[in-house]
Amino acid sequence: MNLFSQTFKYLFVSIFFIISIWSVILYYNLLYEIYDSIDDGLDNYKLLILQKADAEPATLLKTTFDESNYAIRPVAREKALTIRDTYQDTLMYMPFENDLEPVRMLTTAFFQSGSYYELKIISSMVEEDDLINNLFWSVVALFLILIMSILTVSNVVLKRIWQPFYRLLNHLRAFRLESGHDMPAIRTDTKEFQELNQAIEVLISNSRQAYENQKRFTENAAHELQTPLATIIHYLELLLENGSLRSEDVQKIAKVLQMTEKLSKMNKSLLLLTKIENRQFPTAEEVDFERIIRQNADVLSDLAAFRNKEIPITVSGRFVHPMDSGLAGILVDNLIKNAIVHSKNGNTIGIEVFEGGFSVKNTGDSLPLDKEQILSRFYKSSESGSGMGLGLALVEAICRIGGLSISYEYDKGHLFKISKK
Amino acid sequence: MMKILLVEDEKELAGSVRDFLEKEQFLVETAGTFRQGLEKAAAYEYDCILLDITLPGGSGIDILRSLKDMQAKANVIIISARDSLDDKLTGLSLGADDYLTKPFHLAELNARIKAVIRRNRQQGDEMLTAGNLQLNLSNRSLKVGDDEVQLFRKEFDILYYLLVNKNRLVTKSALAEHVWGDHYEDADNLDFVYYQIKNLRKKLSGADVQINSSYGVGYILKAL
Repeated sequence: MNLFSQTFKYLFVSIFFIISIWSVILYYNLLYEIYDSIDDGLDNYKLLILQKADAEPATLLKTTFDESNYAIRPVAREKALTIRDTYQDTLMYMPFENDLEPVRMLTTAFFQSGSYYELKIISSMVEEDDLINNLFWSVVALFLILIMSILTVSNVVLKRIWQPFYRLLNHLRAFRLESGHDMPAIRTDTKEFQELNQAIEVLISNSRQAYENQKRFTENAAHELQTPLATIIHYLELLLENGSLRSEDVQKIAKVLQMTEKLSKMNKSLLLLTKIENRQFPTAEEVDFERIIRQNADVLSDLAAFRNKEIPITVSGRFVHPMDSGLAGILVDNLIKNAIVHSKNGNTIGIEVFEGGFSVKNTGDSLPLDKEQILSRFYKSSESGSGMGLGLALVEAICRIGGLSISYEYDKGHLFKISKK
Repeated sequence: MMKILLVEDEKELAGSVRDFLEKEQFLVETAGTFRQGLEKAAAYEYDCILLDITLPGGSGIDILRSLKDMQAKANVIIISARDSLDDKLTGLSLGADDYLTKPFHLAELNARIKAVIRRNRQQGDEMLTAGNLQLNLSNRSLKVGDDEVQLFRKEFDILYYLLVNKNRLVTKSALAEHVWGDHYEDADNLDFVYYQIKNLRKKLSGADVQINSSYGVGYILKAL
């Protein structure tokens, strides 16, 4: 629910209640005033009729309403004494309307010339009925008009007032910490937005500092390791040339050398992973994956041949994607290597390039790998040998920043599929 | 005797490189700071300068810049811990001949130094010889005695690498890294190198050089 509908929801509900309560009160107030005024009129009539009856005794013989609005009828003393002035709503036939119409009737009793009489005076309520009817519809109309105008006004006002906010939001969406560009400032007179803007600027500058520090630290740490590693490797290589060593010592030194080289490679991979995750590869060019795959497969063919394997490539479509070509190479290289290293004797490898993606498959009757874990750092399945578990993490990181998606499936073999997002 | 200046602040690394290069009959001088490096590079002539980039007191790039300003004709190989494309491009555009990222194998350094020196003294075809074996680097062909021997690309690369490091131990991983680049799977299984060596030995059966295996660690090419 956006800001506008939220605001409108609250406005609608509160206005609905306010108008409802207000109109009920208004209705009863008006009704009271109308009755009051009618009843006052009836009282006035009563006085006039009594005066008239006093002056013209013939008036006392008018027992039906007929053309006038009163009727007099003699009653017994006992009955007359029980009659109090009462006002009531009733219906009466009106020839004009040809229907029963609501009237207000005053019933009273009086004593004249030794006799008791009952007097009934009526006043038509047709007008008042219409009035109340009108009132109801006016209130409904008022409510609707109010809602409509609030809708329109708040729409315009909200849009206008919140415009800096939306601009800020768009800037924030487009903002990339690693790009090094500052976020364009927004101009606004609204204090809250100015404060928001400032708060964001502070947040960004803090984050950028933390980001730079972290980047520098990881890079420096990895770089600083390279020189000691180089020194170790060199001395071990020099030591191996020493002819006076015993064979078993040579084997041990060779193992240390091997481990040091592995360490060095791991360090390089971690450095690369950090660089990728810090998005330090901003360049994007149109990379033709078929070409990259053929190049890498060619280089890796020795590795495969040694394991009695071929790397057949089938092409059914073009896959060209804008990204860093170096990273594309690493992506392809790691996937193919992964397939070669993890397929046993008798298994086959297959690469397929299709429209908008490619897949690398190696058959095998081994168990499916853990889909959740497989792309994380240092994941090793129980049967994979010596790899250090960074290859697929690199693949995943490259896909993530390169706008590619990677999926793993198991169907009588491990299938990694890369495609455009 | 070839003279080499090694500008590197890490003493132990400088020591190992020096040890290795002296066995290759190079005369090695070292400089541990930016100042020393700049002074020596400016004052003497060297066949090759190995230049670290991060030095106490300044950047190796600035030494390179001064050398360019002085129009000195030294061959420079940058040795840096930074595997950054920007550094590489800056270095090469300032006249460096090569760029080597730490950690590197000594055999690789040897090959790079020799390539740089050879390139600058080139007269006619670049050749490497050992016994009756002649490796022509310009047209990538091999002659054993008077016979032309056909080599595959990788066999050529391996033979070149072993010839450059003649009589020295070349570890399998150094060889794999030189020939296959970063593509080889991991340091644990380098048996595929042996596969290529085996083929190469067959082709060199008539040559008076021998590729000896050293305890399964690496190979040494020796002239008989």
